[in-house]
Amino acid sequence: MRDFKRITLLCGHYGSGKTNVAVNLALHLRRSRPRVAVADLDIVNPYFRTKDSREDFEHAGIRLICSEYANTNVDIPALPQDMYAVTDDKDLTAVVDVGGDDRGALALGRITESILRENDYEMLAVINASRPLTRTAEDTVEVLREIEVASGMKFTGLINNTNLGRQTDADVVLNSVSYAESVSNRMQIPLVLTTVPVEIFPQLQGKIDNLFPLELQKKL
Amino acid sequence: MSDKVLMKGNEAIAEAAIIAGCRHYFGYPITPQTEIAAYMAKRMPKIGGCFLQAESEIAAINMVYGVASTGKRVMTSSSSPGISLKGEGLSYLAGADLPSLVINVQRGGPGLGGIQPSQSDYFQATRAGGHGDFKMIVLAPASVQEMAELTVKGFELADKYRMTAMILADGTMGQMMEPVALDALKVNPTVEKPWATVGTKMEREHNIVNSLFLDPAALEQTNFERFERYKTIEETETLYEEYLMDDAEICVAAFGIAARVSKNAIDEARKQGIKVGMIRPITLWPFPTAPFKKAAEHCKAFISVELSMGQMIEDVRLATECKAPVTLCNRVGGMIPSPEQVLASICKAAEQNGGAK
Repeated sequence: MRDFKRITLLCGHYGSGKTNVAVNLALHLRRSRPRVAVADLDIVNPYFRTKDSREDFEHAGIRLICSEYANTNVDIPALPQDMYAVTDDKDLTAVVDVGGDDRGALALGRITESILRENDYEMLAVINASRPLTRTAEDTVEVLREIEVASGMKFTGLINNTNLGRQTDADVVLNSVSYAESVSNRMQIPLVLTTVPVEIFPQLQGKIDNLFPLELQKKL
Repeated sequence: MSDKVLMKGNEAIAEAAIIAGCRHYFGYPITPQTEIAAYMAKRMPKIGGCFLQAESEIAAINMVYGVASTGKRVMTSSSSPGISLKGEGLSYLAGADLPSLVINVQRGGPGLGGIQPSQSDYFQATRAGGHGDFKMIVLAPASVQEMAELTVKGFELADKYRMTAMILADGTMGQMMEPVALDALKVNPTVEKPWATVGTKMEREHNIVNSLFLDPAALEQTNFERFERYKTIEETETLYEEYLMDDAEICVAAFGIAARVSKNAIDEARKQGIKVGMIRPITLWPFPTAPFKKAAEHCKAFISVELSMGQMIEDVRLATECKAPVTLCNRVGGMIPSPEQVLASICKAAEQNGGAK
């Protein structure tokens, strides 16, 4: 598995699976690094949040940075007060789960300057060809460009997270390879990972580069 | 690429509306249904449709009235508090016999309540959407695929009977993601709308869309005629699903997310040897009275599983004519009953009505 920078920013169309990728990636990073945090900056969707597995995070020794209003009825786009740990704590490995679309990416603006100054980050686009508004490379690139404008940052890589939830099979992932390559070419950024449900990982191992086994609704 | 797409329930409603020919959507954001508006905002401009974020829910429903008068398929969506605001408009739509589709992705109440799922607008949807004598066809999906299918169905029923159809979903149904086969959606040809205000071309008398009647006798007559149509709907448009009802001695009544939870509990109870089944109303109005009445002939107990303080339970009691006890299994305020809670209710009913095993 490739190495990761100190900060990994995960952005993409809402519903592309950023939160699930963030949780899985944090767990992976925790194996080799002593201090790992997941920062939930999702100001768009109050229903699906990393806080759903707060106790599991603590058990795995991963710090969770999320709004204290997450999973309550307080329906406001609040950011966590300790989000600055991502940029200020230089010994921390951080996976940042950014809200969907350009609106969600606005939240990044608060820390963009610090992230760019330190320059030890990657900004990865999580894409899913099975989502209705990002089924083609062309539509996907349009969404990603909007995110770049809103965040004031450029993507540095792609995570192909094409899936159909629990109905994901090997064909769904295999058929998405050309889509991901097309997005990669148009954006001029590398395809960093292709995720695959852990159950069908053995079927695809060796057939796709940089394959990353993913547990759905990850419980740590 | 697979023919299926991974969609949120809210997105499935929006895309299905477009497939059904809806090109006019008016709404105002409120969790947990805002994805409908967000999706329409992205898609409508690309297909020559109209997305308009109104200044309020009240404005949105009156824009629906305007477009509906022209016979075009039109939709608005909101969540519980916003639907209350639309009440006046729903009554005017009924009074003017206009077809429309209204989506309610329910959240906990009363008042501003919370953003988490609820089914506590059942009475509002089936009894009192607004003032005056009127009904809405109320459809209750229990999967994302059904969110899409019932949206198409809703438009067709609304046109056919010149009335409002409502999708009564909840926050879970709106937010959950499941694969959807959009190409499986069947859209029938639209019906003629000779009443629509689309210009006379000086070839006919002008049409009037209005809910004001100066003559009480004439107003009475429109009410009588409208209720004749309602009777036809009750006789011909009722939809429901039966699950393991053939030999059931205990019958669970549940719709939407409550039905999904109940199914898990029923499967577990069956493993324990309890003869339990479920009737899942898909139309809440018209309520599927017939299958409940039939079930009351062989079931010893009924359990109404709801995310409310007990609303559908009244329809279950009416339908079963109180021939067997009907108990409530519920959570409210944004909480969802667990399969274990439903299972416990089933086991209790089995014990109390001895021999249900």
